[in-house]
Amino acid sequence: MPSLKDLKNRIESVKSTRKITKAMQMVAAAKLRRAQDAAEAARPYAERFNAVMGGLAASAAGSPSAPKLLAGTGSDQTHLLVVMTAERGLCGGFNGNIAKLARVKANELLAAGKTVKILTVGKKGRDAIKRDFGEHFVGHVDLTEVKRVGYADAQGIAKDILGRFDAGDFDVATLFFARFENVVTQHPTALQVIPATFEETEGESTLYDYEPSEDAILADLLPRGVATQVFTALLENAASEQGARMSAMDNATRNAGEMIDKLTIEFNRSRQAVITNELIEIISGAEAL
Amino acid sequence: MANLQFDLVSPERRLASLEATEVQIPGADGDMTAMANHAPTITTLRPGVLRVIHGGGTDEYVVVGGFAEITADSVSVLAESALPRDEVTQEVYDGMMAEAKAAHDNAKEVFQNEPGPVDDAAKLIADMVAVGGHIGLTANN
Repeated sequence: MPSLKDLKNRIESVKSTRKITKAMQMVAAAKLRRAQDAAEAARPYAERFNAVMGGLAASAAGSPSAPKLLAGTGSDQTHLLVVMTAERGLCGGFNGNIAKLARVKANELLAAGKTVKILTVGKKGRDAIKRDFGEHFVGHVDLTEVKRVGYADAQGIAKDILGRFDAGDFDVATLFFARFENVVTQHPTALQVIPATFEETEGESTLYDYEPSEDAILADLLPRGVATQVFTALLENAASEQGARMSAMDNATRNAGEMIDKLTIEFNRSRQAVITNELIEIISGAEAL
Repeated sequence: MANLQFDLVSPERRLASLEATEVQIPGADGDMTAMANHAPTITTLRPGVLRVIHGGGTDEYVVVGGFAEITADSVSVLAESALPRDEVTQEVYDGMMAEAKAAHDNAKEVFQNEPGPVDDAAKLIADMVAVGGHIGLTANN
């Protein structure tokens, strides 16, 4: 049985752990709100963009001169998986879930005889899949220094992806990130960005005049579409990360509380046992006289 | 006079959403003014000054990249980067110029045998200088 001193030390250490997890939870809650606001603010742009692109893409898809970004290279031999995760851990299953989805997809592709290349965004995902797929890594984007994801970060990543595409490094690109639903639920998602996919727009489509020309606009907008999708993914990921961290830290705080209760009871019991012991010794000593 | 719904959004935020009578857009092929009942048009933007005239006066924004969608009763401008004119200080402008120059240098290096992208980047610089002229800032090297 641990001594009183040991128990006391353990209670103290669990208490300070609880303080830390509690603080992390509150920080995550504050950051989550900011991340959600950012995601909210970005939504109108992405929605309008996709609506316009959907219309443009639908009319251009059939034509043989459709840009490669839209129509694909005509092959699907080489796949680029862009695995986007957090830079930090302690956020429950967030990083693990994304990595797992990417791993399943990579195994599927490899089994089908495709070539897999992996671009990682965020340190944690890189670490998680390094052991199995380390030899497929083609690059890494470090966002450790980025406090708040901006469109410029997304542009940088998109530029990287597009550069590789232009160089003929891959045929299909897929983003892996977690879509934010609420604090307890984040869905790991795979989204194909090249060749571009747009949801079919419902309802009657307006006939637009295009300036300069439809093709030129499409060629101009498709690369921006990649950046927009990367940006959306980054924002969703940021919100998901904070949400996952918040619930993970909430659990940790609660567990620490339970542990403290248990240890306190044990501590009180052993203290009482010591007192009883001492009393018995005193009384038996007095009786012996 | 009929009004149209004007929206200006950048990837990071919505800058404006209001009723306007007239919107002057720096289109890729030249400036155009959209008023109510304009033919539906989609145009890409060149760096320039976007002017919105509404009941309460005139708002001006400096926009770089993106496109505008014009319908009979609305104008939506999706700019890659957009700032209210007041927020474009010499410092911000210098940053934008430096970025355009870096893109130009980069294009020169990457596309040594293709004039297209280099010319595009050069045009970007020229447009940026023109923007500076419009808003009373000078491009210093």
